[in-house]
Amino acid sequence: MAEFLMPQLGADMSVGKLLGWRKKVGDRVQRGDIIADVETDKADIEVEVFATGTIEKILVQPGEKVPVGTALAIISEEGPSPGAGPVPPSPSPEHAAPTIPSPAPLIPTAPAPPAGGPRVHISPVARKLAADLGINPARLSGTGPGGRITLEDVQHAAQARTAEAAPEEKIDRAARMRQAIATAMARSKREIPHYYLSTEIDMSRSLDWLTGENLKRSVEDRLVYGVLLLKAVALALRKVPELNALWIEGKATPRPDVHLGVAISLRDGGLVAPALHHADRRSLDELMRDFRDVVQRARAGSLRSSELSDPTITVTSLGEQGVETVFGVIYPPQVALVGFGKIAERPWSSEGQIVSRPVITATLSADHRVSDGHRGGLFLVAVNQLLQKPEEL
Amino acid sequence: MTKLTYREAVRAALRKALRDDPRVFLMGEDVGGYGGAFAVSHGLLKEFGPERIRDTPLSESAFVGAGIGAALGGMRPIVEIMTVNFSLLAMDQIVNNAAALRHMSGGQFNVPMVVRVATGGGRQMAAQHSHSLEVWYAHIPGIKVLTPATVPDAYGMLLAALQESDPVFIFEHATLYPLEGELDEAAAEQMDISRAAVVRPGSDVTLITYGGTLGKTIQAADQLREMGIQAEVLDLRTLRPLDARTILTSVAKTHRAVIVDEAWRSGSFAAEISARIMEDAFDSLDAPVARVCSAEVPMPYAKHLEAAALPQTDEIVRAAQEMVPHHG
Repeated sequence: MAEFLMPQLGADMSVGKLLGWRKKVGDRVQRGDIIADVETDKADIEVEVFATGTIEKILVQPGEKVPVGTALAIISEEGPSPGAGPVPPSPSPEHAAPTIPSPAPLIPTAPAPPAGGPRVHISPVARKLAADLGINPARLSGTGPGGRITLEDVQHAAQARTAEAAPEEKIDRAARMRQAIATAMARSKREIPHYYLSTEIDMSRSLDWLTGENLKRSVEDRLVYGVLLLKAVALALRKVPELNALWIEGKATPRPDVHLGVAISLRDGGLVAPALHHADRRSLDELMRDFRDVVQRARAGSLRSSELSDPTITVTSLGEQGVETVFGVIYPPQVALVGFGKIAERPWSSEGQIVSRPVITATLSADHRVSDGHRGGLFLVAVNQLLQKPEEL
Repeated sequence: MTKLTYREAVRAALRKALRDDPRVFLMGEDVGGYGGAFAVSHGLLKEFGPERIRDTPLSESAFVGAGIGAALGGMRPIVEIMTVNFSLLAMDQIVNNAAALRHMSGGQFNVPMVVRVATGGGRQMAAQHSHSLEVWYAHIPGIKVLTPATVPDAYGMLLAALQESDPVFIFEHATLYPLEGELDEAAAEQMDISRAAVVRPGSDVTLITYGGTLGKTIQAADQLREMGIQAEVLDLRTLRPLDARTILTSVAKTHRAVIVDEAWRSGSFAAEISARIMEDAFDSLDAPVARVCSAEVPMPYAKHLEAAALPQTDEIVRAAQEMVPHHG
């Protein structure tokens, strides 16, 4: 007789949720068989059995959360007993690749037969609905005469389950995204020797040109200054192409196409940086349309996988938040990140006069393994020059 | 549309049948000179004469037996029995002859007889005139049992019964005779007597009844509606053959049923309905089927005791309330 226990899947795991059984009572199992799925804070894990025999009893139903070490099932062993099943060694969390969890299978293989345990006091139609929905009636409290579980009790339980499941999933998604950002940023700071450059850019020509240009356009066709910044970055990369590269297997691989990743913060937390493909070859109008489209879809959660995997460099603008200067962390395997702060009216020296000008601070975070400050400087200068001739963008 | 009483509706149907078909005649105790114990046949003797409106001796066995003989001989007799309690004297003729002859003769003889029987309590007529024994007749294969509860059914069911080729028993609850209602004769002459009627649609509980308790049941449904419970009211109309489908369809929708039956609970027609629901709608039920029946005592004479013995509106309301969640 061996107990099949809730395993500890990582040093910080204290409870696990049983997602489902892959075997039922009476099934033969062999050491090494995957017999259950367990959800931890980080991922869904397939759990192997460490005994050979027959499943005699299932103690925990899908959907239940139990502490590590709780017996999930009893397995009657065959032949010489190798001893009660030990707690399986925990697989390293490093190897537990986070996967998108499939919806928890809450439907048990069959409604629990009344034989054995105390008979559940439940109406026929409620019993039938509970079985159809995979709700265990033994866990419901009845509001009918004499505490009978009624149809309405089961309907309420089903509603509560739906209501519970939804926010949990949301929290899970946010938590998973946080985890992904943490992993990427930790890797970046661990592996990439960043250097940072900064320059102030007079935006008066760009903004004046934009004002004139937008007067000629209908409201929906108007441009925002951010699009000028994006186009300037994309064109400047032609002059310093080593910044448009990916660090793969110990060396920089320059990318022939400029796919600008634009950092978009999501409303319920988190960040994505999908690609504006071929940004250097798109007109301002096309870029504007692409930008709008990608922001909308990022917030609706309908980005395409290629948009998430293609960027060759990332641009982040925190000007809307009132920030002046961005010191960015490069998103690996990219080798550079361009940051923009807000446009602010500043005293500016021009032709011997102190005048007020709209000024933006552009920064470059770059991978020192791939480029040097000299080249990075040329890049920022190129961005500045491009923004002084907005009509040529 | 004509406004008239249940009593007048039965009389109108009798008159139409007597006019339309020379084979039809009415016989029973005091149906002629006295105009019927409940004045149903009042005036018919004068109109149709003693050949067709025949007073009989006080012998139910004899005049029901005479009705069977007349039916076998090609007539279309309508036999009136003053109360269901008295009909017991004719039980032998009914069970052993009327219901059985077609079967026993291998289909050579049939008995197209209509028997009208007053039934039920509520009139202080005490324990020999007040019971609801329809279920004993509904038990018997070979006869049909109709229980008109409305003015149109009082009219239409008698005419439909005369079209049948086998014995038909019509139970007229005696408290219904003064009931007023609208009658569309043409529609009532075409009525289908094989189906129960959904008198009030509802979604929370099905109240199933027939005959004299239909009015109380509708009142109960009205009170329940004020409490937020939507009760569906079914009038069975015909006890044999039973329209089970309408009952099962309703229970499948509401998941709950209260059966209201003025008979005694044990062995009642309510018991039959309850059993049908268990057999065929078990998985639809959210509560045990409830029955509101008469107290199991011979019907008392005293007004307050009789009222206490009969099913009343508040009992129906309470039974429904107890099985609908959050209204009990």
